Order: sequence, then C-alpha cells, then structure tokens
Amino acid sequence: MAKSGMKTRKKQRLLVMITGIVVLFAAVFLVLFAMGKDSLSLFLQPSGVQERQMEPGRHFRLGGLVAMESYSKAEDGLTHQFTVTDCVVDVPVVFKGLLPDLFREGQGIVSEGALNEDGVFVATTVLAKHDENYAPPGTMPTNTDACVHPGG
Amino acid sequence: MHIFANPARFVRLADKIMPWAVVVFIGTLGYGLYLAFFDSPIDYQQGESVRIMYVHVPAAWMSMFTYMVIAVSSFVALVWRHPLAQIAGKAAAPIGAAFTALALVTGALWGKPMWGTYWVWDGRLTSVLILFFLYLGYMAIWQAMDDEEKAGRAAAILALVGSVNIPIIKFSVDWWNTLHQPASVMRLDGSTIDGSMLWPLFMMAIAFQAYFVIVFFWRMKLEIDRRKIAVLRLQEVSGS
Repeated sequence: MAKSGMKTRKKQRLLVMITGIVVLFAAVFLVLFAMGKDSLSLFLQPSGVQERQMEPGRHFRLGGLVAMESYSKAEDGLTHQFTVTDCVVDVPVVFKGLLPDLFREGQGIVSEGALNEDGVFVATTVLAKHDENYAPPGTMPTNTDACVHPGG
Repeated sequence: MHIFANPARFVRLADKIMPWAVVVFIGTLGYGLYLAFFDSPIDYQQGESVRIMYVHVPAAWMSMFTYMVIAVSSFVALVWRHPLAQIAGKAAAPIGAAFTALALVTGALWGKPMWGTYWVWDGRLTSVLILFFLYLGYMAIWQAMDDEEKAGRAAAILALVGSVNIPIIKFSVDWWNTLHQPASVMRLDGSTIDGSMLWPLFMMAIAFQAYFVIVFFWRMKLEIDRRKIAVLRLQEVSGS
C-alpha cells in the first residue's frame, strides 16, 4: 500500500515536472519569436535598412559584406570609404578611424553610425565579423564570389 | 538507475574511473597543447590568434555540457529524490562556472584583435553571460539556505528553468544577426575547420572532458564524505 503510494507520488511529480518544462520552453520560445529577428539582432542588413526606411541621423548598427572593389582610402590616410552589401541592396559607408585587422573586401563587418542626408552611412565604429571558416594559408579560396559587382 | 544511486557503489565506481581519467587528461592535454601551439598551422586570416580557439571552443562546449549535467541531475533529484543526483548538481556547478568564465575571457581576448572589440551585446555573447549568471545563482542558492534539502530543491528548480537558455545559446547565431560566427564543428553539413586544426581541437576537447570527470567525481566524493561526517556528528551529539 505504502509502496504503491510512493510510486503514484513519483509518477505525479514526473508528470508535473515534464508539463512544467514543456510549458516553460514553449512560453520562452514564443516570446523570443514574437519579439522577432530584428529586435534581437545586433545589426540591420542593407535590405532591412531599405525596408525600414531609416531616416537620416538615426543611430543603428549596419552589418553585411564589404563589396568587392568598393574600398578606397582618402588622402588623409584615415578616412575609409566602402560599400556594405547583402547582395541585394548596397549602402555606401564612410568611416574615419582605424579599421580592425580582419577588415577586407568580401568579408563581413558590423558598423555603428547613422545615415546622412545623402544616404551615406557615417560610421563611428567598424568591427570585423569573422566567418565560420578556419584554414591554413593558401587552402581557402578568398571570398571573391561575394557580390563581386556592387548592385549587380 | 537505482544501482548508481547508491553512494557507496558510486564511490567504488568513481575510484576505478578517476585514475584512468587522470591518464587521459595528462596525455591529451600535453599532446593537445603541443599541437595547438607548435604543430598546427596559422589561419589564413586570423594568423596566430587562431590558437585561442583551442581553449575557447572546448571551454564553451564544456560550459554547456556541464549545465546539462546539472539540469538532468536536478530533474532526477526533483522527481525521484535521489540524494546522489542532488550532490551531482552541487558538485558540477563551480566547474561549469569556471568553464564559462574561461570561454568568456578567451573570447574577449580573441575578439579585441580580430573583431576590434572585447565585447558586444549580441545574441551569443549575451546568452553565454546569462549562463554564467545562472551558475552563480545556482551556487548562491545552495549557500543561502541552511536547510540543505530545501536549498537543493530551490537550486534544482532554478537549474531547470535556466536550461531553456541552452538551445538559445546554441541557435542564437542562426536565429539572429550576431557578431559571433556561426557553428564551425557541430553543424549538419560537416565541419568548416580544416583537418589540421580539427585534430588539435579534438584533443583539447577530450582533455577538457577528462578534467571535468576528475574534478566532478572528486567533488562528489567530498560532498558524500561531508554529509557522512555531518550525520556522524549529529549521532554523537544526540548519543551523549
């Protein structure tokens, strides 16, 4: 009698625990997905910038690939100009400061700043985003297919 | 299940496993560190900084693995009330907190030269920081209550509630835009780490796992002894 009572109590606890965990997981993930990709993401991609029609002067983070053959340095040696693209939309970027070591064309960056009146993103910081590839020198093809022609 | 719930039997089993774990730990750590520092190539973009990965990635894996050990122990402790399960969770927590701290620190040290910053509040970094706080909270609850049975139960509930964070850590890089790179090893279409770098990483992962087994069993045995002493003291007092 006592033994079967123990068993029912254990079964009851098991049921309560499993139900609790399932409900908790469901609740948290529903909240996360209701909040949406944009609000929980670190940065907006160029398509997102166009979609939301970000007004000039509003601070946000822009992320994407540095378009091939888009980089140039001004004569002062500190002002950098390049295009950030997600292969659909391009955003021209101007940045005055030191770029991280990993910055290069065809690679991802995350940049903080705001658009000016001409639709150019004036960056206050530029961070390099490393991709998931790890390889010795010479074995990785450099990322030449990542939107070779800006806007194309 | 019930066989392993017997503390005496657990201690005998742990005593058999621990010497082997020490051998595996010393062997793989020595070989793994040698490979990581001297006998693995530099990365085509990161250069020498890639070597941080051999500590960072195993530490990050273990931070999540240890949490799962605590979560499963907590579940067993709450449903079946096995004292050994409670002891397992308590013993694992500081190890997991240390792994998480190591992952956060090595990640920051890698981030500064590579990304250009020690820290950003992206989905991956933030969720791992929350994991660290969950460990601290779990340990704090154990310390905060005098009644061990109640403390264990409260801590176990926190651990289970916090387990929702584990899939969030894992998939944060896929669900949201993050500065942290997506998974390189544990992905469906195969590893994106070159074989010459995967092997030392694998060695280090085994070393970290062996380290966990050693310290985990050691701490569990200590806790069992501590509880035995407490019971003996109590008997002494009531006997006299």
